[in-house]
Amino acid sequence: MAAPFGGRGALYMTKEELIQPENRIYGKPALMNDTPMHYCPGCSHGVVHKLVAEVIEEMGIEEDTIAICPVGCAVFAYRYLDIDWIEASHGRAPACASSVKRLWPKKLVFTYQGDGDMACIGTGEAIHAMNRGENIAMIFINNAIYGMTGGQMAPTTLMGMKTATCPYGRQADLHGYPLHITDIAVNLEGTCYVTRQAVNTVANIRKTKKAIRQAFENSLNHKGCSVVEVVSTCASGWKKTPEQANQWMTENMFPYYPLGDLKNTNE
Amino acid sequence: MDEQKKDYVLLKGNEVIAKAAIRYGYDGFFGYPITPQSEVLETLAVDKPWETTGMVVLQAESEVASINMLYGAGATGKLAFTSSSSPGIALMQEGISYMAACELPGVIVSVGRGGPGLGTIQPGQADYNQAVYGGGNGDYNLIVLAPNSVQEMADCMGKAKELTFKWRVPVMILSDGVIGQMMEKVELPPFTPRRTEEEIHQQCPWATNGMGLKGRKYNYHSSLEFDPLVMEDRNHKMAEKYRKIEAEEVDYDTYKADDAEYLIVAYGISSRVSMKTVDTLREQGVKVGMLRPKTLWPFPNRILNEKAENLKCILCVEQSEGQMIKDVRLAVEGQVPVYHTGRSGGMISSPADVVDAFKAMARENISKNWPKGYWIK
Repeated sequence: MAAPFGGRGALYMTKEELIQPENRIYGKPALMNDTPMHYCPGCSHGVVHKLVAEVIEEMGIEEDTIAICPVGCAVFAYRYLDIDWIEASHGRAPACASSVKRLWPKKLVFTYQGDGDMACIGTGEAIHAMNRGENIAMIFINNAIYGMTGGQMAPTTLMGMKTATCPYGRQADLHGYPLHITDIAVNLEGTCYVTRQAVNTVANIRKTKKAIRQAFENSLNHKGCSVVEVVSTCASGWKKTPEQANQWMTENMFPYYPLGDLKNTNE
Repeated sequence: MDEQKKDYVLLKGNEVIAKAAIRYGYDGFFGYPITPQSEVLETLAVDKPWETTGMVVLQAESEVASINMLYGAGATGKLAFTSSSSPGIALMQEGISYMAACELPGVIVSVGRGGPGLGTIQPGQADYNQAVYGGGNGDYNLIVLAPNSVQEMADCMGKAKELTFKWRVPVMILSDGVIGQMMEKVELPPFTPRRTEEEIHQQCPWATNGMGLKGRKYNYHSSLEFDPLVMEDRNHKMAEKYRKIEAEEVDYDTYKADDAEYLIVAYGISSRVSMKTVDTLREQGVKVGMLRPKTLWPFPNRILNEKAENLKCILCVEQSEGQMIKDVRLAVEGQVPVYHTGRSGGMISSPADVVDAFKAMARENISKNWPKGYWIK
């Protein structure tokens, strides 16, 4: 084997030669396929996708998982994870998941939705699925902006935040206030686990993974509805570099959407 | 067969929808109350099929949620249905288009009332266009069945189950407030067990239920395509399927139509009214018959076109301002004039109304004395 660093030989090493099991300290989950992702650099979606794949793999429930993806940036989630997917119409993923879980009670059923999908066009479906205590997990990517359509105002856009449809900043008299759907979820009797996480640091990624696992176990064990909000970056929509986006999220999003468990009836 | 052993009951059309669904082995119902079809969910709630056949029953938060629940159910290979009435079906159109786009099975029962808008809660047939031409976007068709009796409400639930899986096209049962609310003697179908998960796995390799994932590529259902060429290809394939359905699944009934010089075309409650009209006119020596489409899509074009050759004119009876009449005109390709009669907004023609309309039509047709071939131009 050629030397891994330096020397002419290294340039001509194949991927297989380079990635030897003894060298490997990090791997892509097997459920994630090689389809190139459409997500922008610095976007949180890719990390959350990976966590979902890891958790399903670790739980060994690939054949017992039915996933529902939304309309929005994650509309193509079904291209990246080798599990069975249903692409719901905009906002209706919780309704779709409700019937699927009731008809397949032994399966893990989860939705993967953005802020527009869950907190705007699909607020009704989201709240009613939560309130019925559907035994589903809902992963909620909150990046406070509409990424897919090019950076318009979201229901979770912060006050004063500039977007394509509130170019002078969000103001209450024109646009109303940010919707705290996760806080609403806490007060619904049907929810068993509501948490708000982020994937900006390794420590937070680990916490998010733990939260996703908890939510998935709740679905399998019929504990009720779980909501995992992931406060996320949208570098393109925010018109920032990935690094600036992380910093902006830490400084502006976290004070408004504080991280941590909001409800856990198992405890 | 021994009459005693048959399951005869006196029931409302809506109640029969619920009872037939349980007996045909439906896996789920997802719906929202609306007059005049609320008895469907009410009957299911009383009968509690989840304790017997295991059928799931859920009162959704809206018709929008109901149809998307149906979408999810169909995607996983389960047999589910919803029921609603005119404004509720309007809310479902997006979901119906998505189901058609993903080629998912599912049964939608529509019990029509007077419209447009909130309209009235009395019976109507102004949802022909909504059912046959759809309010959803894109190139798609639904198979549309049109029962005209309480017995046929039961039968249609069986037929819809078969057709929706055979073709992977959503099936709509287009009924109306009269058929839904009236009581008639009905023979309920025998109990068919629901399919087991293993049977679904065998019969629906396209289903997104995770079963057998390790031995196959993952399944997904999505109506989104960014490549217009791929989308066009999908549409072509669906269109091919629709042409096959048109060739194979047309269903109709005739009544005293063999020697008819005049033909009434009617479906649902209008066909029941028109049978009486035909009887009355036959007693007066008029050679009139009726053709009743039992499938509104695919429409019985060929038989109408053939019959038109020997007809003087056609009267289309619908409880609307005239919607099916356009399909009848297309079917006869101008061979004979086609007239319309019917009431709307929740009113129903009586047999005598139709007799009067028929006579007025016949008089006008004779007085105009259309030259041969006039209607072909």
